[in-house]
Amino acid sequence: MIKWYMITLVGGDKPGIVAKVTTALYQAGCNLGETTMLRLGGNFTIMLMASFIGAEETLERVIEPVAEELQLRCHVDYIEGKLHDHVEPNVRITIFGSDKAGIVASVTSSLADAGLNISQLDSDVAGSEESPIYIMNIEGVAENGIDSLEQALESISAEGVEINIEPIDTFIG
Amino acid sequence: MAIIKVIKYPDDRLKVVSIPVKRIDQNILSFIKDLENTMRAEPGGIGIAAPQVGNTIRVVIIDVSSKPNIKHNGRLVLINPEIEKWDGYAVGREGCMSVPDYTGNVIRAEKINLSAMDETGQVRSYEMVGYEARVAQHEIDHLDGLLFLDRLVSRRNDLFRRKVYQPSSTDNR
Repeated sequence: MIKWYMITLVGGDKPGIVAKVTTALYQAGCNLGETTMLRLGGNFTIMLMASFIGAEETLERVIEPVAEELQLRCHVDYIEGKLHDHVEPNVRITIFGSDKAGIVASVTSSLADAGLNISQLDSDVAGSEESPIYIMNIEGVAENGIDSLEQALESISAEGVEINIEPIDTFIG
Repeated sequence: MAIIKVIKYPDDRLKVVSIPVKRIDQNILSFIKDLENTMRAEPGGIGIAAPQVGNTIRVVIIDVSSKPNIKHNGRLVLINPEIEKWDGYAVGREGCMSVPDYTGNVIRAEKINLSAMDETGQVRSYEMVGYEARVAQHEIDHLDGLLFLDRLVSRRNDLFRRKVYQPSSTDNR
């Protein structure tokens, strides 16, 4: 029976990681589902759904030699994998300002209370070491409408953080 | 009154440059009726291009009038449409009946001027902004064998603000 696994790999960035990892998986008979692979702070991070006919330990044995060669830490989990189950976000929130401890926690807590279900969040630190800027990009489903999100973020906005909330008007053409 | 089957990528007919309509006869008019029925049968159907039902002729139908508070030109049958002027740009989220279960961000002109024949053979000019302009560009792309997948931009680094045109009360026709 085909089973889905979530494979997580993290380590110092170097050329060829994606090619070597995906080739090893392909040669072992895996098929990839949804994946995200990106560089975070000089590390390369991979989270990928792979379907595989064998057991978790067998898949670990497939990935371990490549992970070792590339000096990546690796983790494999059996998951209830589902494809063709995308959630369509209806709101995008971008936030930026001077880097402040706790900004993600306070923003996301306020948004959760106001009915936002986050489907994607990514954040970055730009600017300089002396004067860092925090930038956050959130997409999700506003269960209680966008007005409630605006109200929820009013107090955070008053602290000098720039917040833009805009609907995502997806059309199917 | 028939509903035609919408073809899905990777059907080759979606990658073909469609041919102009030379004469508007009963066959074309009957096809346009069926094409419109097909569009309206889709949930939220606001635009369709002839190649999406496997007929590679330059015919597009759009009708965004169901969306509240936007500028629009009402129900439009656009035969041999030509975009003559582009202005500004905006990122928006698009999906496609021919590419199920995926939506992505695409940059489109914010404002366009186009000319096209209507069902009576008369050449008309239209000015479109915002949502309607976006839908028109998506559908006209189909006539040139282009899908929104050909124009995807990154979801992650998308911090463009969408411009919103404020319609006046006289704008809706």
